[in-house]
Amino acid sequence: MARRLGWAPYVLLVPSLVYLLLFFAAPMFQAFGLALQDPAGNYSLTSIERMLRDVNFSNALVTTLALVVLVLPLQLVLAMAMALVVNAKLKGSGLWLFVFAIPLGISELAAGIVWVSVFTQRGWLNSVLQNLGLIDRPIVWQSAESMWLLITLVVIAEAWRATSIIMIILVAGLQSIPPEFLEAAEVYGAGTWQKVRRVMLPMLRPALLVALVLRTILAFQVFATVIALAGSGLHVLAGEARLWATSIDNDNVAAAYAAVILVLSIVSTIAFLWLLPVREEQQI
Amino acid sequence: MTAADAPARRRIGRHRALSRGLTYLVATLMALFVLVPIYLITVSAVTPRENAFDYPRQLVPSSISFDTIIFFINASGVQDAFWRSVVVALITLVLALVIGAPAGYALARYAFRGREGYRLTVLSTRAFPIVILAIPLAVTYLRLGINDTVYGVALMHTALALPFTVLITSSVFASVPRELEEAAQTLGCTPLQAFRRVSLPLALPGLAAAAIFTWVISWNDVFAAVILTLRNPTLPAKILSALTQSPIYYQFAAGFVMLLPSIVVIFFIRRYLLGLWGRVVK
Repeated sequence: MARRLGWAPYVLLVPSLVYLLLFFAAPMFQAFGLALQDPAGNYSLTSIERMLRDVNFSNALVTTLALVVLVLPLQLVLAMAMALVVNAKLKGSGLWLFVFAIPLGISELAAGIVWVSVFTQRGWLNSVLQNLGLIDRPIVWQSAESMWLLITLVVIAEAWRATSIIMIILVAGLQSIPPEFLEAAEVYGAGTWQKVRRVMLPMLRPALLVALVLRTILAFQVFATVIALAGSGLHVLAGEARLWATSIDNDNVAAAYAAVILVLSIVSTIAFLWLLPVREEQQI
Repeated sequence: MTAADAPARRRIGRHRALSRGLTYLVATLMALFVLVPIYLITVSAVTPRENAFDYPRQLVPSSISFDTIIFFINASGVQDAFWRSVVVALITLVLALVIGAPAGYALARYAFRGREGYRLTVLSTRAFPIVILAIPLAVTYLRLGINDTVYGVALMHTALALPFTVLITSSVFASVPRELEEAAQTLGCTPLQAFRRVSLPLALPGLAAAAIFTWVISWNDVFAAVILTLRNPTLPAKILSALTQSPIYYQFAAGFVMLLPSIVVIFFIRRYLLGLWGRVVK
C-alpha cells in the first residue's frame, strides 16, 4: 500500500470532505439549533414542548418503534435464508442473487403502492381468498380503526422492500468465511444446522452488526410506505416531521421531530455495538 | 473404505440430497415472495381501465391494455415531474462522481495519515438519517433562493449518494492492479497519464455501476424531494402528493412506472452488487 506519501491523497479527499461538511455536518447542527428555537428565532424549549404536546407525538413514537421492533427480526430471518441460499451455490446462483436483490432498487413509495394492490378492498388478497371460497365478501384490510392491522401491512411491505440490503451484507460476510472452517466442522461431524449455528453465525457477527445498525436507522425514517398503505391512519416520526415542515409550515417543530429520529438512531447504534461487540481482528 | 461403510455413506448421501432439496425449496419460496408482488402490480397496471374495479380480480388477465399507464403519463404534471426527476438524478450522478471518485481513488491507492478516520467518517455518514438533513436544508435553500428547484434537490441527493460513491469507487479502483499503473509510469507516462490510459479504462465498468447506483438513490428518494419542493416536484414527490386524490388505477400505473427502471438497473449492476454494499467485512 505504501507509495510516495505526500499531498496527493489529501488533495483528492478535500472536495468530498468539504461537501460532507456543508451538507452533513452543518445541517445536523442547524437541525438541533432549529429544534431549540421558537419560530421567531429565539432560543427556547417552546418547539420541543410543542412537539411533546402534539396529539400525534406519542402515537408516532410508538408506531415507529413498533415497526422497527417487528420488522427487524423478520427481515433478519428472511435475509439469512436468502444469504444461505446464495451461498449454497445452487445452479444459477447468480440468478438467485439477482432476484433477491431486485427490491434493493425499489423505492419506498413504489413498494407501498405494490402492496396497496394486494391489500386494497378489491385487491389481490381478497380476490384470492374469495376464489378459494375462504371469504364471502371482501375484508377491509386497510382499516383506519385497527392500528395493529395497519402496522402489520406496513411490516409486510417493508420486509419485502428492505430485506435485500441485509441479504447483500450477509452474503458478503458469508463469503469471507474461510472454507477450511466449514470443512473442519464437517470432518468433526457437524450437520447443516450446526455449521450455521456454531461456525457461520459467530463469524458473521461484524456483518450482522453493520446490517442491523444500518437497517435500524433506515427503519426509524419509514415514511412513504406508511402513507401509501395507511394514509392518515398511522402516524410515524418522519411523517410528522414532513407535516410540520410542509402543511403546518413550522420548521422548528419539524426539526424537533427530526432530532428525535437522530437521537433514536444514535441510541440504537450504541445498543447494537454493546450487544454485539466485535473483536479487534474482526473489525470493519 | 470397507463394505461396512456403505450404509453410512448412503445415509450421508441421502442427507446431502435432502438438504439440497430443502435449499431449493427455500430458494423458490423466497424468489416467489419477491417476484409475485411484482407480477401483481404489473397485472394491475395493464388491466383495462373499465375492468379496474372488477372483483374478484383474475390472476391471469383476459385482456391487456396500456390505457391506464397512458392515462397516468398524460395526467397533469406527471411528465414535467418525470423530466425533473431525470435531471435531478443526472446532476446528482455527475456531482457525486466528480467529488467522490477522487476520494475513492485516494482510499484505494495511497497509504496516508488519517485514512482510517476518513473511511470511518464516510461509513458513518452512509447510515445518517436523511430526515434530519432535509429540514434545515429547506431553511437554507429558502435563504439562498434555490428552494423548489432541481438544483436544490440534486445537491441534497449528492450528499446522500456521496458516501456510497466514495466506497464503491474505492473498491473499483482497488480491483485494478496497481502494478499496471506503475508499469506505465516506468515506460514514461506521468502519473496522470498512467491513470487516464491504464486505470481509468479498466475501472470504467465499475464506475458505470457506481454511477447507476447513484442514479437509483436519487430516483427513489421521496422524503427530501417532498420537503424541498413545492410547485416543482420530482416524480415520487408528485405521486405522493397526488396519492390521496387519485383513482386507484392511477396509483397502480404510478407504482409500476416507478418500479420498472429499478428492476432494469439492478439487472445491469448485478455483478457489482456485493461490492456496492458488501464491502463491510475485510
